[in-house]
Amino acid sequence: MGVALALIDLNKSFGLTQIIRGVSLQVAAGERHAIIGPNGAGKSTLFHLISGRLAPTSGEVRLNGERIDGLPPFEIYRRGLSRSFQITNIFPRMSVYENLRCATLWSLGHKYAFWTPLDRLRDVRERTDWLMECIGLTARRDVQAAVLTYAEQRALEIGVTIGGGANVVMLDEPTAGMNAGESEQAVALIRQVTEGKTLVMVEHDMDVVFNLADRISVLVYGRVIATDTPARIRENDEVREAYLGQASGA
Amino acid sequence: MLQIVVFSTLNGILYGMLLFMLASGLTLVFSMMGVLNFAHASFYMLGAYLGFEISRHLGFWSGLIIAPLCVGGIGALVERFGLRQLHRLGHVSELLFTFGLAFVIEELVQMIWGKLPVNYNVPPSLDFVAFRLFDTTYPAYRMFMLLTAVAMFAALLIVLTKTRIGLIIQAALTHPDMVAMLGHNVPRLFMVVFGAGSALAGLAGVIAGPALVTQPSMATLLGPILFVVIVVGGLGSLTGAFVASLIIGLVQTFAVAMNISFSELLGPIAPPLLGDLWQVTIAELAPVIPYLLLVTVLIFRPTGLIGKRES
Amino acid sequence: MTSSLRFLWPWLALAMLFAGAPQIYSSGSALTMMSVMGEMIIFALSFNMLLGQTGLLSFGHAVYFGLGGFVAIHAMNALIRAKVGVPVVVIPLVGGAAGLAFGVLFGLISTRRAGLVFSMISLGLGELVSSSSFILRSFFGGEEGITTNRTKLAPFFGHKFGSQIEVYYLVAVWCFFCIAAMYALTRTPFGRMCNAVRENGERVEYVGYSAQTIRFIAFSFSAFFAGIAGGLTAVNFEIMNAQQLGAQQSGLVLLMSYIGGIGHFAGPILGAILITFLQITLSDVTNAWQLYFGLLFIGFVLFAPGGLAGWLMLHRDAALKRELWRLAPAYGMVAPALAASFAGAVMLIELAERQLALARSEGSAMRLFGFEVDAASMGPWLMGLVLFCGGVGLTWLVWPKVTGAWGSLTSA
Repeated sequence: MGVALALIDLNKSFGLTQIIRGVSLQVAAGERHAIIGPNGAGKSTLFHLISGRLAPTSGEVRLNGERIDGLPPFEIYRRGLSRSFQITNIFPRMSVYENLRCATLWSLGHKYAFWTPLDRLRDVRERTDWLMECIGLTARRDVQAAVLTYAEQRALEIGVTIGGGANVVMLDEPTAGMNAGESEQAVALIRQVTEGKTLVMVEHDMDVVFNLADRISVLVYGRVIATDTPARIRENDEVREAYLGQASGA
Repeated sequence: MLQIVVFSTLNGILYGMLLFMLASGLTLVFSMMGVLNFAHASFYMLGAYLGFEISRHLGFWSGLIIAPLCVGGIGALVERFGLRQLHRLGHVSELLFTFGLAFVIEELVQMIWGKLPVNYNVPPSLDFVAFRLFDTTYPAYRMFMLLTAVAMFAALLIVLTKTRIGLIIQAALTHPDMVAMLGHNVPRLFMVVFGAGSALAGLAGVIAGPALVTQPSMATLLGPILFVVIVVGGLGSLTGAFVASLIIGLVQTFAVAMNISFSELLGPIAPPLLGDLWQVTIAELAPVIPYLLLVTVLIFRPTGLIGKRES
Repeated sequence: MTSSLRFLWPWLALAMLFAGAPQIYSSGSALTMMSVMGEMIIFALSFNMLLGQTGLLSFGHAVYFGLGGFVAIHAMNALIRAKVGVPVVVIPLVGGAAGLAFGVLFGLISTRRAGLVFSMISLGLGELVSSSSFILRSFFGGEEGITTNRTKLAPFFGHKFGSQIEVYYLVAVWCFFCIAAMYALTRTPFGRMCNAVRENGERVEYVGYSAQTIRFIAFSFSAFFAGIAGGLTAVNFEIMNAQQLGAQQSGLVLLMSYIGGIGHFAGPILGAILITFLQITLSDVTNAWQLYFGLLFIGFVLFAPGGLAGWLMLHRDAALKRELWRLAPAYGMVAPALAASFAGAVMLIELAERQLALARSEGSAMRLFGFEVDAASMGPWLMGLVLFCGGVGLTWLVWPKVTGAWGSLTSA
């Protein structure tokens, strides 16, 4: 059991404004790790730094020991890290099936192949069918992604994220905007598809966090003020004051 | 030699100013509305032709005032009845609309005024010599053009930074939705800005017409160079457009003045291959230079010289 | 096996259409027009590989068409001079190879960015090549262009391709294979990822693909097929001219593809056929044909962005459910209104054209829809105005009936 994802003294500034201040974090392989924090803490920026959308000002990001900071997103993906987006970021005019299929192609080795007809590729078909079943959208196979319900789109978002079989999965507020029932379903889905994988998750819904996470990191003003198990985070005074907003002993 | 340098510098700056007059309107509209107006150079041409037509009946100075207003009005109508319907379809549709519009305007101009250049002349009041250097004269009309361009920039700067509407425009440049929430009529603002941008292009046409040839191919000759200017300068950057306009204006003007062929430049080391390439003079190469500049800049600095906004 | 028959029948039908067309339209001019249509189909389909499939709008696509044609024509002349026995049927491939080479070269610069910057680069590169054509006179032939004689190449099974019908079949065979090849490309992993880049270039990077690489490969393929079209044009007309790689030609292929419909594979085919037909026939009938093209284009952008193919496919569901008859009454009401506005607009444009452009030299008498009219008199103008305004007003009034008819169709 090694360290799947390591952040080493990560810093990010935009001009004079420093958003991420010396974040160091280690996520063990197979761990489910949640990152929580107030709005503006830098959670999305952190995700962008890890997944390659932004390059850090200083510091390192290591995936399975290998440095990935500064690499473009597709290089990071090919090394086994995949992320979802807070605002659904799929292929709007493609069907559910086609969306998922796009996510499977690279990892199945087809890359830029322009000589094989897709319909003949059985491995693609089987994996896509399996994915669709996983996220529970088989009945909506040929529906255009843009006209799905919000919860269905979020499920599709997760499906596209895990489609390539990445071992480190990063989910950015997967249950944002969902009601209690939908959240419950989403949590079950997340638990199922990240079985045996490393999960890093940004979330605001505390029920989801305490339900799923093995460990929680609290990010405030670009700094991690605590990393611990859910129970101990709940008791942590600093966290309560900064984030949960409760005085100790409440 | 000094003569060539002085005059080329003056002419180069003038050409650069003209390009910036056009590029600034284009950049403002692009920054605010996300639309790259392919027909911008066509509005420039309309300005020249309308200036010509009005000056035939009412004199040059009336043309100077009325023609840009007409072009601005046409621009406002184009925005209101054309572009506004296409906002929801995305930027490609808007770009294609302006592309078709440019074509239609050129055809209409050809139909109304004919395919040959028209006699849009410098008005007698400005038709004198400004100064004499060595044995070549510099026409006063060109100084007038320079003055008008500078006056226009000053006016633009004042409006944008010192007036209320300028402040709203600046805000809408980056946050149109927020400006709408604050109660301003953003669609109307768009129409005003688009109309104003077109009017500026028209003004450039009115003053450039007598100096350059007023002909139906005006727009297709200047249009691509205009786009090179804004891409080299960096899409959405006024400063970049300014710098790029001056660079291209000066480089092209100097190139035209140099009637030396490459073989003369390189002398004995010119290789025998690609025969006619070496006989080419730098002057003949002048039309190609902006595009070579575009390719070079994009290889080394894909966001343009002072690139900011991604499309 | 019905599924492979269902897959094959459109291709069989297409092949029969290509083979049989000259039997129906056998005149020399018809054969020439159909040959040009074949070339333009390949050209437009290659353009749509970029726009419709990958979301890349190029304003300089004619460069690869033209350069392909020029290399092909120089190759033909070289082969003739050297008396090498290569038949003319292979020449389009030479054009394709040239297109591919330039596509790769220019693609390295062009495809780094997408969206608007890509479009502007394509415009700049187009102008660069176009302007260079005046400088490199020996390659581009200056004002007169470069000529050749295809009959001087080695015969192909006895054919010297001197007659237009032989050229037509050469074009038809190449056209068929290009259509098949480009269609096949859309069904590959690469083709699908091109669509993904079009839909969401950002997300593509997060499923392991470099959007730039996809754009580059698409660009290269597109240039290859454009080069084939250029090569066929060189063979057909035996002359290449710098105009053919210029802005106007680039605009033409954009027009063809857009009007045909960029959202469907066969759209550009329809567009190429229609626009080539209009281009050849209209220029005989009116001087203002380019104005009509521009207005047609704007009309489609505003009112029918899906093009002809899009409009046809809109009706597909209704046709499958045999509900088209529900739309008939509304269409029947709107059609005359549209026809009136169209006729009125044409009248006004033709009258203006006559009065403004030709009256001084040729007088104001003219033929309009078969009638002799005097463009200087008020009558025809008033009639044109009434027809146009009346037609537009009527269309506006009747349009709710059309939307109502659509609403009455049973939804999917």
